[in-house]
Amino acid sequence: MNPEIGHYALVLALAVAILQTALPIWGARTGDAALMRVGPVLALVFAGFVSLSFATLVTAYVQSDFSVLNVVENSHSAKPLLYRITGTWGNHEGSMLLWVLVLAIFGALVALFGGNLPARLKANVLGVQGSVAVAFLLFILLTSNPFIRVVPAPAEGQDLNPILQDIGLAIHPPLLYLGYVGFSITFAFAVAALIEGRLDAAWARWVRPWALTAWAFLTLGIAMGSYWAYYELGWGGWWFWDPVENASLMPWFAGTALIHSAVVMEKRDALKVWTVLLAILAFSLSLLGTFLVRSGVLTSVHVFAADPSRGVFILAILIFFIGGSLALYALRAPTLRQGGIFAPVSREGALVLNNLLLTAAAAAVFVGTLYPLALEAYNGAKITVGPPYFNLTVGVLMLPVAFAMPFGPLLAWKRGDLAGAAQRLMAAFGAALVVAALAAYAQGGGPVLAPFGMGLAAFVIIGAGVEIFERAGFGRVPLATAFARLRGLPRSVFGGALAHAGVGICLLGMIAETSWNAEGVAGVRVGQSLNVGGYELTLDRLEPRSGPNYRDLTGVFSVRRGGVDVGTIESSKRLFTARNMPTTEAGIRTLGLSQLYVSLGDELPGGAVGVRAYWKPLVTLIWLGAVIMALGGALSLTDRRLRVGAPKPAKNKSAKKPENVVPAPAE
Amino acid sequence: MLLWIAFSLMTGAAILAVLWPLRSVAAGVPAAASAAEADLAVYRDQLAEIERDREAGLIGAAEGEAARTEVARRILRASAEAEQQKAASKGADTRRRAAAIIALIGVPAMAGGLYLFLGSPLYPPQPLAQRLEARPDQTDIAILIRKVETHLEANPNDGRGYEVVAPIYSRLGRLDDAARAWSNAIRLLGSNATRQTGLGEALTTQAGGVVTAEAKAAFQAALAADAKDPKARYFLGLAAEQDGKPAEAGRIWGALAADSPPDAPWLGLVRESMARVGATPAPAPAGAVAGAPGPNAADVAAAESLTPEQRSQMVRGMVERLETRLAEDGNDIEGWLRLMRAWNVLGEAEKAKAAAGEARAHFAKDEGALGRIDALARELGLGS
Repeated sequence: MNPEIGHYALVLALAVAILQTALPIWGARTGDAALMRVGPVLALVFAGFVSLSFATLVTAYVQSDFSVLNVVENSHSAKPLLYRITGTWGNHEGSMLLWVLVLAIFGALVALFGGNLPARLKANVLGVQGSVAVAFLLFILLTSNPFIRVVPAPAEGQDLNPILQDIGLAIHPPLLYLGYVGFSITFAFAVAALIEGRLDAAWARWVRPWALTAWAFLTLGIAMGSYWAYYELGWGGWWFWDPVENASLMPWFAGTALIHSAVVMEKRDALKVWTVLLAILAFSLSLLGTFLVRSGVLTSVHVFAADPSRGVFILAILIFFIGGSLALYALRAPTLRQGGIFAPVSREGALVLNNLLLTAAAAAVFVGTLYPLALEAYNGAKITVGPPYFNLTVGVLMLPVAFAMPFGPLLAWKRGDLAGAAQRLMAAFGAALVVAALAAYAQGGGPVLAPFGMGLAAFVIIGAGVEIFERAGFGRVPLATAFARLRGLPRSVFGGALAHAGVGICLLGMIAETSWNAEGVAGVRVGQSLNVGGYELTLDRLEPRSGPNYRDLTGVFSVRRGGVDVGTIESSKRLFTARNMPTTEAGIRTLGLSQLYVSLGDELPGGAVGVRAYWKPLVTLIWLGAVIMALGGALSLTDRRLRVGAPKPAKNKSAKKPENVVPAPAE
Repeated sequence: MLLWIAFSLMTGAAILAVLWPLRSVAAGVPAAASAAEADLAVYRDQLAEIERDREAGLIGAAEGEAARTEVARRILRASAEAEQQKAASKGADTRRRAAAIIALIGVPAMAGGLYLFLGSPLYPPQPLAQRLEARPDQTDIAILIRKVETHLEANPNDGRGYEVVAPIYSRLGRLDDAARAWSNAIRLLGSNATRQTGLGEALTTQAGGVVTAEAKAAFQAALAADAKDPKARYFLGLAAEQDGKPAEAGRIWGALAADSPPDAPWLGLVRESMARVGATPAPAPAGAVAGAPGPNAADVAAAESLTPEQRSQMVRGMVERLETRLAEDGNDIEGWLRLMRAWNVLGEAEKAKAAAGEARAHFAKDEGALGRIDALARELGLGS
């Protein structure tokens, strides 16, 4: 396919996006149904053009069309087909196009399934979506155009960065972008509501599923990125507090707060204004995340100097959307009607606590990530904010979140009974104590905090189960009734409990891995072995191998525990010939929930090779927990009922005369 | 042509996306419900759902009642708003016409304008497979080289392949590759004048116009294969000049000029070089056809007026680059010797002397290097 078709489709998409911004909003302001109706059609056509453009670029990559500069710079004809495809978004220009593609698909979904939205709201939402698209397309076409051609066409490309030649690139960025861009929909809804000056009931209904979708994808994207870094970088770490990682963590915190406050809004018609603000924040942080990763704004201020047009453009986009939406918020929020009131100890109260802690965590990451940048821009001083800062701030903020997590769902709406909830959690508490004691016994003398952490994680997991049990009424009603009620429970309840359990599982893995991991480093010759975590790794042979575009040196280790053969591990160092760049391919063997991790170092004089081996207990739970969280989100998403949070009638009356209920007082 | 048709169809689709919904309203599609009315619909759905849940036993009677009250309160509020929102839309026709005009003119103008600014519509796509399959011609040199390289990777002992690709490398300025290819051709096919001069020329160009010892050896080997090879003789003359032996250079070039057919393309360059070293063109040898016209005065004048300045400008630039490089990293003895020679050739005896001094300072502890510097300084008559 001719790359020029893709180029023209992209330019045309810009024209369409401009119309999509202008016409529906104009229609909404003047109450013109016809103009508003243009919005959905344009959104679909826009998605068509962007898809065509993206498909053209992928084709250029697959066919190794080296008359396209972007292909020359990031591809190589010897690359396997999969990496030729993924290479499309393994670079700045292509990834921006992928971003817009996801935006277009989401916009099309709103257009297709937004039939029950009030026309005015729908028009405004599509208009705001269009404006985001305009900004990104201008950025792509004017500063990061993937369709620039090169004459004469070289016969070979410069290959993709070897670290990116991995299945991870096929999965991680698309997931992350589905998350980031998903928040653009909640953002569009928030801004549309602010433009109109009113929050519809439909608004609440729409924000929750979109926030959930975005959040689930973002969770998976972050977990996938973490696992990718874990096995590809060869350091055996799963989180580095790297600016690029933090960039995705900030919207995750804001998004997590958003899905919780959206529940309050949907069920209780409260916290509306706050939810609007969170929707704006979640997308603002997503924008920041997108640009931090791709433009290197963060890792070095000098990138701005190196390519001023791109840097200034990014800054302008950020200022326009973040500043603009916040200004609109400041202007319009006071006119929005506040929702219902509630007692401090209530489901709402618990969710507010959760929101406060999560946004504080997002703020802590924000400061830790951007402060060094601001300082360097201000006086050139280079400082590094490292793990100690983040562990202290984010870690300390997450402790109460984890502790309060099982309490929230057990509290009633509007006014809750803390003592009652605590009582019902006694079982979870007891189990947590047992787990902590077991951990303390098993570790002998290890980190003092580890058993405490294990106990907390167990509390979170079992607490999530207690919620389901309580809802079904096990122990209070006959068993058959309880089972019937269990079956009848809405899927969102299961989803929520599952996601909470996922958090606990994730926590379990993090604490176990940090407290009890073992590391062994040695220069090993063929036939020699290395001991780590009770396993004996013997280097059986070292052999050179070659792949389509690389050569590597592979060490084959046999693993024994107490003399019993457990299996083999292959770990290699790869040299990619086109860029002359080495990568480590860590050898990982999963044993139960734990992993043995072997990374090959340099060859040492005398035929030995440097080997770094780690024993990582329960490490897989970290990513498993994240997947469970996302599954919980997905499960909750399938629950498409309309929900109204029924405040529990005051106790003394309801117990005796349920037919004569006095509704909870109005606000 | 096909491309332009595709562009037009796409533009048409974009325009239609605006016109079609506008038209469908004109055709009498009812106006959308107001926001408050939509709210009411949602609330009514909620009421129905509470009822369903209560019947299914999911919520107790009391909770159901409380929820209903809650929704009822919201409904009351929404109904009040719905009453206020019955404002009719005016001026619809004007707006629709404006929107249609924007779509009809704005879209093609904007997309077409921006594309013509950014795009390359006349440049066809070039998928690699297609380029590799195409009949070999001279237009796609990159692919030509790639094919030969692939072939040589598989047959590293095919001297012909190296011989074919070497001059192309030279033309593209890939001098390292050119020198390596010529060396391989010589190793595999044996020495001949063409290959040796090719190698020598690549090495000389790479060294910034200075005939290095290696290049000189290549030209000498070329002469051994073909004593009359003009290119080798020209460069050997240049080597002599750069070695500070203008007389010998003049002699070599004189002989070359005498041997050359009168219309040889290199004659101008040779005569000009001879003029530079102060040698007079030798009289036509006895064996030459009597009365054969030499280059006429105009030819010589043209060559002299055109090239010397440009040539010396170019050489000077190269020498200055060499000097900068040595100032940064002075551990290259060959580089220093070349620099001394080069300044001497350009008539800058003082600079040559200064270079010799700096080189001595750099290699103060290296007896061998000092010996070579002194020997060259003596040879060039720079004193020591």
